[in-house]
Amino acid sequence: MRKKRLFSQIAAASAVALILAGCSSSNNKATTTTLPKVDALKTLGAGEGQVNIVAWAGYVENGSNDPKVNWVSDFEKETGCKVNVKIGSTSDDMVALMKTGEYDVVSASGDASLRLIYGGDVAPVNTSLVPNYADIFSDLKDQPWNSVNGVAYGIPHGRGANLLAYRTDIVKPAPTSWGAVFDANSPYKGKITAYDSPIYIADAALYLMKTKPELGIKYPYALDQKQFDAAIALLKVQKPLIGEYWSDYLKHVASLKSGGTVLGTTWQVNINLAQSEGVKVEGIKPVEGSTGWSDTWMISSKAKHPNCGYMWMDHIVSPKANAAVAEWFGEAPSNAKACALTSDKNFCTTYHAADAAYWKDVYYWNTATQACLDGRTDVKCVPYSEWVKAWSSLRNA
Amino acid sequence: MKNSIATWMHKRPKFRLAALLAAPTLWLVVAYLGALGALLVTAFFTIDSFTGNVIAKFNLGNFHDMLTDPAYRNVVLRTLGIAISVTLICAIFAIPMAFFMAKIAKPKSQKVLVALVLTPLWASYLVKIYAWRTMLEPNTGVLDWILGPIGIHSPGFGGPAIIIGLSYLWLPYMILPIYAGLERLPNSLLDASGDLGAKNFYTFRRVILPLIFPSLVAGSMFTFSLTLGDYITAQIIGGKLQMLGNVVYQNFSINLPFAATIATIPVAIMAIYLWLVRRTGALASL
Repeated sequence: MRKKRLFSQIAAASAVALILAGCSSSNNKATTTTLPKVDALKTLGAGEGQVNIVAWAGYVENGSNDPKVNWVSDFEKETGCKVNVKIGSTSDDMVALMKTGEYDVVSASGDASLRLIYGGDVAPVNTSLVPNYADIFSDLKDQPWNSVNGVAYGIPHGRGANLLAYRTDIVKPAPTSWGAVFDANSPYKGKITAYDSPIYIADAALYLMKTKPELGIKYPYALDQKQFDAAIALLKVQKPLIGEYWSDYLKHVASLKSGGTVLGTTWQVNINLAQSEGVKVEGIKPVEGSTGWSDTWMISSKAKHPNCGYMWMDHIVSPKANAAVAEWFGEAPSNAKACALTSDKNFCTTYHAADAAYWKDVYYWNTATQACLDGRTDVKCVPYSEWVKAWSSLRNA
Repeated sequence: MKNSIATWMHKRPKFRLAALLAAPTLWLVVAYLGALGALLVTAFFTIDSFTGNVIAKFNLGNFHDMLTDPAYRNVVLRTLGIAISVTLICAIFAIPMAFFMAKIAKPKSQKVLVALVLTPLWASYLVKIYAWRTMLEPNTGVLDWILGPIGIHSPGFGGPAIIIGLSYLWLPYMILPIYAGLERLPNSLLDASGDLGAKNFYTFRRVILPLIFPSLVAGSMFTFSLTLGDYITAQIIGGKLQMLGNVVYQNFSINLPFAATIATIPVAIMAIYLWLVRRTGALASL
């Protein structure tokens, strides 16, 4: 009898709690707009013996993938800093890893860098301690995603575009437009892939920007509620076509190889890896342009090995290493001197390293904020936290 | 020296009890309940919408978001459906296997069979699920290669694949309790039932099943709760399908309070499940 009463009391309490929860309103309106005060390193001391890096796949290669692809061993020999790398599969992953304070350096894309800066997780970079910074292309320095009020928060790594991958032996004729992955009547239904991150909403917005100008989207990361809802609606149309959403690049390459995926968003490094395994696959930048990224090496505000961290940042943007990583990953290098050192003499031309016109229709990953990034002041734009919620809703529905 | 400690402890039975229970109680209260409590408290916090830092102010916003979005209702129902399917499939496979092991196999082979049932548990979870990925791969997988000539195709990645994978993984956890229950069942009961004129299925339905019901319940607690929280299988062979565990996994790094809110759902489901089980009286005879 007592146990029955206890249970009914618990049930009543839970019912009350649920009603209260249902009647309350959603929040998360708190937003940080003040820049935390973090100091940059003043002088470079001796190496601490190791450095912990959070990086995109393919950025920190030590020969374990391909013995000829190695720009870590020479760094370790020269500086005595042992490199420990953690691969981040998405920007959200990287932001979470940096918040733990366990890592010294991160290769942040534009949709992570501002959150890290305003969250106090990274420190400004003292560029005088990075000699190779002087040779970086000037249109990569002091950009909105890697600097605040003229203070540099990172060292530019390179830039690239997200590509449309397709199996040349299965998808015929070859696609030229992102419409191929948004077409409700696609013959490749169930074999299409998309990037598993809220930032992919920008790809839908980009397609709408070029095909539905009446929506008035000017910049894929500045979407008011109406434009945002249109992008989500497009993604809902796409969902039945998707076989797998990918964030692990190795599973994605395996899927391209087996034919489980024949069409969808990819990175050049995935195309290179698949082709090296004999898969007949190509990647193109469609006519609408593409989203892309311009990555920045940043140093943690809680770095336990700051000297090794700075030494790594200088090493990775040095002409030889920058050329090696750019060729391996398949992106344009950031160091102008790297172009002379690539094994393919036409590499910089192919990847448009110095071609500003190519990047005009590549929209680097950026962090959507309530203040519209395209300068509109008459509407409020949807902030990234809402992108995360909408993406979670879309994936779980 | 040892003698005097023994004498001292002998005179204080309450101290003996406390010393015996100290370590397990510490583990239960601090490590287990404390961790659970800390997680559930986080469900009432929120995050800064720009930087993602946790703000420790009590509010019910997360619960509101979770209850009003139909997507989360779908995930819960989908996960429950998968958990129930896995439990039923495991039961259907486990009962005949456990019956053979307990009643039909020779005593020497019984031990070998138990060891064989336990052997898959030695292999890593990931190895087994990746093996299933190779089996279920559409067009190029092992299942398609074997069954293709007779016209059956692999279900591919998705809900059926998740159910197959999880049933495979949790089967030993279902077989062993049922085997233990059947071992305790006296053979004389089965003989008596036959003597009274019952056919095989009648004996199974009216004699064996009620007696192994507590074992079935014990096994189902494993399969049900393990399935509720699973996220790795869905990621590897689930295609684009998401389970409750996936929602928690995706949110815990970028929005820990919301992940904690979602995590309260499996806790609540298991509490209700255990209460229902207790009402059937099965726990009393375990």
